Amino acid sequence: MQAFTLLNGLVAPLDRANVDTDAIIPKQFLKSIRRTGFGPYLFDEWRYLDHGEPEMDCSQRPLNMDFVLNKPHYQGAQILLARENFGCGSSREHAPWALEDFGFRAIIAPSFADIFYNNCFKNGILPIVLPAETVDRLFKELADGYRLTIDLAAQTITTPNAATLAFTIDETRKYRLLNGLDDIALSLLHADKIAAYENGRAKRAPWLFASNLK
Amino acid sequence: MPGKTLYDKLWEDHVVHTEDDGSSLIYIDRHLVHEVTSPQAFDGLRLAGRKPWRIDRNLAVADHNVPTTAREQGIADPVSRLQVETLDNNCAEFGITEFAMTDPRQGIVHVIGPEQGATLPGMTVVCGDSHTSTHGASGALAFGIGTSEVEHVLATQCLVQKKAKNLLIKLNGPVGLGVTAKDIVLAIIGTIGTAGGNGYTIEFAGEAIRNLSMEGRMTVCNMAIEAGARAGLVAVDEVTIDYYRDRPYSPKGEHWFMAERYWQRLYSDADAVFDKVIELDATAIKPQVTWGTSPELVVAVDGCIPDPMLETEGGKRQSMQRALEYMGLQAGQAITDIQVDKVFIGSCTNSRIEDLRAAADIAKGKKIAGNIKLALVVPGSGLVKRQAEAEGLDKIFIEAGFEWREPGCSMCLAMNADKLEEGERCASTSNRNFEGRQGYGGRTHLVSPAMAAAAAVAGHFIDVRQL
Repeated sequence: MQAFTLLNGLVAPLDRANVDTDAIIPKQFLKSIRRTGFGPYLFDEWRYLDHGEPEMDCSQRPLNMDFVLNKPHYQGAQILLARENFGCGSSREHAPWALEDFGFRAIIAPSFADIFYNNCFKNGILPIVLPAETVDRLFKELADGYRLTIDLAAQTITTPNAATLAFTIDETRKYRLLNGLDDIALSLLHADKIAAYENGRAKRAPWLFASNLK
Repeated sequence: MPGKTLYDKLWEDHVVHTEDDGSSLIYIDRHLVHEVTSPQAFDGLRLAGRKPWRIDRNLAVADHNVPTTAREQGIADPVSRLQVETLDNNCAEFGITEFAMTDPRQGIVHVIGPEQGATLPGMTVVCGDSHTSTHGASGALAFGIGTSEVEHVLATQCLVQKKAKNLLIKLNGPVGLGVTAKDIVLAIIGTIGTAGGNGYTIEFAGEAIRNLSMEGRMTVCNMAIEAGARAGLVAVDEVTIDYYRDRPYSPKGEHWFMAERYWQRLYSDADAVFDKVIELDATAIKPQVTWGTSPELVVAVDGCIPDPMLETEGGKRQSMQRALEYMGLQAGQAITDIQVDKVFIGSCTNSRIEDLRAAADIAKGKKIAGNIKLALVVPGSGLVKRQAEAEGLDKIFIEAGFEWREPGCSMCLAMNADKLEEGERCASTSNRNFEGRQGYGGRTHLVSPAMAAAAAVAGHFIDVRQL
């Protein structure tokens, strides 16, 4: 996983509440058995005027120029400014895969859906929760070429007028993201504890281990 | 010391290790696997040269992509076919039990888990699917995970988690006649909103929940995720225990009695402290119909579409306006005046035998209206289908003009051939009415199975209590 340390990035606003994972990446693209290549289909139904299907050459498709990510001044954006309950709905990790593949490394919102929030951390994306009023202020401040600097180690966001906003994050998640660490390898450091738990549980709840599925 | 909630008990029973910041490694008793969110996880295992930690904790089935017709001919769409074949190959390679597409036990992963006794009270259950919350109906801690976590569970049989907060939603009093589990959960979401349960595990309690069958409780817990909570729970009682007697993978002999004793402690203590409690009057709940593109945009069937201009909060007003535009509806329109084009009875929310009985009860001896282009009944599993056929429900549906299909997720998310065309309006027993969910440009109204059948017969929404 790619580490996240310091990011100075262009900000794109997505001024809608309850953006769901079906909107982030529609279901037809979930048929892919790969982990990459979802970026061109990010927000497919909002971004294009036609109906997208897997394997389509997106460079030939008609763009919806009213959609914010198609505006010239947001090209190359790495930070998405969003509204409450971002990423609600399905657990599809294809949503953060598509955001990451498109180029986003951080998302700022007043709240995130739990599963999506969790999935971001597995893909080097930093989801930042800020109070609704602060997010609202950022939406208002946002102008052409608006950039923010996000420092994960310091847990701060610096705005163009040098204001500093603090954010909170779990220590474990921060450590893993800062170092780009593989969760599985870290968990397997506790292999002896897992085995001990399993043995204890097999004694306390033997029925769970008695019947093998077939 | 105060008592414990059901969630506290389930959590404590599964903690393997806790870090200083409260992040814990929790043990997973059952991992359900399907074709859409697993291929990249198996690839990850191969790349790292890892083996599954414990094969017998996993059960796999293909459900999202499978066709609901002419199954013996295989899957026509080559992309879908590859995904299902990839699951078959991965299960064969790693030795994981899979119900193949032609197995009579095949079905929607959240229907077959409880049906087989593969998910049981007191278990931790995960799956790369947000509707895993369904299994919480049995007093299991069950929630959806992403593909990286699917790989993590395969490799370690554990997940890194932080404990959620406790939310109790208490439904006081019984519901009226014609009001179902679906109406209860839609009314809850309408009240607390789709983000109302963010950060919480919801325990559903109260008379209206206790009165529900296991199928009904599954419908309620299924949509906990639509209320923002990863997991929903219902305490174990006699209804739960009776349901699991004699399921194929349920404990047998002495193990059954041990399990029963263990399950009987799976409730929240009387003096347990919840972070938040919401009480609702169940007697006031009417059959529900969603009118927008989020499950929280819902009203009673005898109501009208609300006017966004009366909404004081700007963001909410904008969402309502956008939803009305997408749905092709006007503020003030009566719900019963809305005509539908298609009807879908199925999905992990409402495809169990009780759901099919409720729909058949309405359809019996009637015909679908002339304006209905397609009315689909998609049983949740091969065994539900077989049971329904034994009861003659298939004939009732077919005679009324419905199509009787093979089990799978089908038009809930339209990954297979079953979908809405642009602009088509559907009365659907599924769980999400998001833009494009049932097909590009399709318009979804979420309802109970009885309400969906009634809309098929009338051609528009109608109050099932008046039939």
